[in-house]
Amino acid sequence: MGEIRLIEVKEDILSDNKREAQELRGLLKQSKTFLLNLMSSPGAGKTTLITRTIERLRDTFRMAVIEADIDSTVDAQKIAGLGIPAVQIRTGGFCHLDASMVRKGLDALDLDRLDLVIIENVGNLVCPAEFDTGSIKNAMILSVPEGDDKPLKYPLMFTVSHALVVNKIDYLGLSDFDMEALSIRVRALNRDIEIFEVSSKTGRGVDAWAGWLAEQVNAFVA
Amino acid sequence: MHELPVMQSILGIVLRHALMHGVKRVHSISLDVGELSDLEEEWMQKYFDHLSRGTVAEGARLKVRWVKAVLVCDGCSTRFELDRNRSEPPACPGCGGTRLSLASGREYHIKDMEAE
Repeated sequence: MGEIRLIEVKEDILSDNKREAQELRGLLKQSKTFLLNLMSSPGAGKTTLITRTIERLRDTFRMAVIEADIDSTVDAQKIAGLGIPAVQIRTGGFCHLDASMVRKGLDALDLDRLDLVIIENVGNLVCPAEFDTGSIKNAMILSVPEGDDKPLKYPLMFTVSHALVVNKIDYLGLSDFDMEALSIRVRALNRDIEIFEVSSKTGRGVDAWAGWLAEQVNAFVA
Repeated sequence: MHELPVMQSILGIVLRHALMHGVKRVHSISLDVGELSDLEEEWMQKYFDHLSRGTVAEGARLKVRWVKAVLVCDGCSTRFELDRNRSEPPACPGCGGTRLSLASGREYHIKDMEAE
């Protein structure tokens, strides 16, 4: 047996993905394309919120959507039905998207002719939070039926998101969801997060969310 | 849930450093992981064992140091651990303040490795 040495590594566990994500952000800066990574659990309303966002912003920005699905193309078909370019990435069982998968999606789009690309990440509150997609900003949805305790159970996603959309507020009257308690929990993890109370169904709050997104895009492409 | 790609990344980094240092065998790898991340130690080791088969890192033991999630109060600078089992929203034990910042708990580092 040889001599045992201690070798310093001092690297981020996902440094390869981080590097790739940084490269992607460089490309996006060049083409002046804002990339939003939208995350949530399954059924929180990602596709519907994206649809509402497209309706609000399609006259202002040239948009496209990258759809991540473990194995179906239902969501991509919905978006394409609106006349917006949609790229489907099948993750083949993976619970998240990483920067190299997003790169493939972006390669299928004409970035020079796009201002805003939205990634609909895999429906999952855990894994997508760990992997930098190369996005300029991250947003997440928490829907009222999921409960206000989710920041305790799935804290990481709340720490990496710039905006939180609390969706399905039309259900508030039917539940004991405490918006104030949610807000304190979320801000303890991430004090600068923007919180939007939204019902994609009734349209309430969608303008405020879309307005925030438009500001981010304008600031980035300016 | 996502331990497999995470362990793949760790193995890649470890093998790169092993090559740089002319290592014949990696005995252990020390990681600092914030407790807000959702990795399971048992699965990390299982996936690592599977992925590292036939490499110089085969049989290496993962030593995970879990870093506590610590909050700091804006008002009085008290530092306290985030208790995820508490159902009430977090508040400063010193002054009751709810303007808090996260000081640690998101670490995700490979620190060093023991090798020969």
